[in-house]
Amino acid sequence: MKKRTYTNSQCPMPNAQFPMPNAQCPMPNAQLLNHTMMFIDPHIHMCSRTTYDYLVMREYGIVAVIEPAFWLGQPRTNAGTFKDYFSSLVGWERFRASQFGIQHYCTIGLNPKEANNEALAAEVIELLPLYACKEGVVAIGEIGYDDMTEAEDKYFCQQLALAKELDMLVLIHTPHRNKKAGAIQSMERCIEYGLDPSQVIIDHNNEETVEEVLGRGFWAAFTIYPQTKMGNARMVEVVRKYGCNRIIVDSSADWGISDPLAVPKTAQLMLDRGIPEEHVRAVCYENALAAYSQTGQMKASDWLNPQSIDQRQMFNGNSVLRGQEPGIKSVSDFVLIE
Amino acid sequence: MSKVNKLLHHWLSKSISEKAFAWLEQKQTQIYSGAAEKVFFTAFSAVPRYLGKEDLQLTFQDLEAAEDVIPGWYPGNWSVDQAGRTLLLLALPRDDAEAYVRVSFGEAAPTLDQVFSTADMGELVALYQSLPLLPHPELHRHRAAEGIRSNMSNVFQAIALRNPYPANYLDNAAWNQMVLKAVFVGSPLHLIWGLDQRANPELARMLANYAHERWAAKRSVTPELWRPVGRFADSTIITDLEKVLANGDTAEQQAAALACAESPLPQAQALLSCYPDLQSSIQQGNLTWNDFNRK
Repeated sequence: MKKRTYTNSQCPMPNAQFPMPNAQCPMPNAQLLNHTMMFIDPHIHMCSRTTYDYLVMREYGIVAVIEPAFWLGQPRTNAGTFKDYFSSLVGWERFRASQFGIQHYCTIGLNPKEANNEALAAEVIELLPLYACKEGVVAIGEIGYDDMTEAEDKYFCQQLALAKELDMLVLIHTPHRNKKAGAIQSMERCIEYGLDPSQVIIDHNNEETVEEVLGRGFWAAFTIYPQTKMGNARMVEVVRKYGCNRIIVDSSADWGISDPLAVPKTAQLMLDRGIPEEHVRAVCYENALAAYSQTGQMKASDWLNPQSIDQRQMFNGNSVLRGQEPGIKSVSDFVLIE
Repeated sequence: MSKVNKLLHHWLSKSISEKAFAWLEQKQTQIYSGAAEKVFFTAFSAVPRYLGKEDLQLTFQDLEAAEDVIPGWYPGNWSVDQAGRTLLLLALPRDDAEAYVRVSFGEAAPTLDQVFSTADMGELVALYQSLPLLPHPELHRHRAAEGIRSNMSNVFQAIALRNPYPANYLDNAAWNQMVLKAVFVGSPLHLIWGLDQRANPELARMLANYAHERWAAKRSVTPELWRPVGRFADSTIITDLEKVLANGDTAEQQAAALACAESPLPQAQALLSCYPDLQSSIQQGNLTWNDFNRK
């Protein structure tokens, strides 16, 4: 394939929040990092992202993503829309990712925010057993607190009980406001419902929550997300201070201004700032794999040996490719529309 | 235990661990004794977690036994999770016809309907493959027609290919759509069970029209397209066959010749006699539709 060059205006994610690794923006991963590294983004809302994002993510070394069920921005008004959303997480979105060499997993749950619509919440809870045990569902999540209302607590607890009953992991969303109290209460509830801390991933941590979460033996995930959550320079310092045990980096990229390349870019920054490569590998790949592979629904052979999975899993009749060839080698071979 | 149950049990006992088998039997028993819906839903989804997804290892005798129980049933390409899921479907309460309607396609508490409408790809394949084995199969006509509309080729194939359900239960409109779609998506037609028995004049007309569309776009048509056409060819279609015999590649010519041989029209026999080599190959049994079965 011939190499093509293109201008900055065609670069994906020209985002001043993040250091662009290279002026010639999407370069193959090996050139980006001077290392051949694989990444997992264990918290990203791909249904809000484009197919082009998948292409660039794969080029930057992302081999697997986990898409937690969450809020779509527009509140849903009936259980049917949740049903279709859950179906797309285990169906279409997984297929779309596979077309670009990315393994897609998901977590299923009623998110904290929408637990406040109680009539709806009760119906959604009834739907969960239809999805919780499907292939590639790695946890119940993301659940937890938003406003810390009674309704949120009620449906959080119901879902913890379901996770315990089905012997599943849990992914916890910690609130934007009153985060520390929300994180602590979430962990206490998990223990109360009989979950082992090793089965629970607490996400959206910051400098204020990390000690408590690690100290209690839970997995501590960090969302590299502009303004509201963790920054990647701050993340470097967290890893410098706390090491790499049970720490996980993710993007939580969604319909907001966010970066689906946050994990590899943070890895780059860690390497640039002297974090040992094995620590970078742990927080950007291995820990997510160790945490989520406990379900048996996610394993490295899924992406290291992908031909073994696809035979029965193709949506051949309906492709995102619109006549293009799958398995495109690089972004630069794709961006020009001929 | 029904014959189908016995066979599936026997095959699974050869293919999965004792522990996995015990899990499956426990779930079957719970579902059979009227456990809550949740038990059925979670177990149905969780089957690959416990049984894995290897292919069933079936012998020629196993396949014959399947064919003896339900003509057209071909589990030769089934995996252990598909067999396990079928056993769970067969464990659903079925004695009360009214209740069975409800669980299969009712409105009040539609268990099976809910499973279909929330199924992932692997589950859909298992569900559609199992249709010919389920009790009260006539209740699933609408569901089967829906499966044919799927845009997932493996789901479409689970119902269209190596499955006796469509030939036995679909009406002509749905059947014809299925055959036409199989041609459209490039599925091998010889794997459609009952294709020759369910050939009909409307299907022949639809297939010939489809060939015209392809020719207009300067695209080829699969020679198998002519297989359900010959017996119902009218004079317009004989003209098409004449064109294929004159201009087609070898396989297309052979297919057109076979179609002519199957036509009762004197016009078709006259056309075939212009190609004495093909005619004698057919008469001597050296050229049959089996020659078009793709490897």
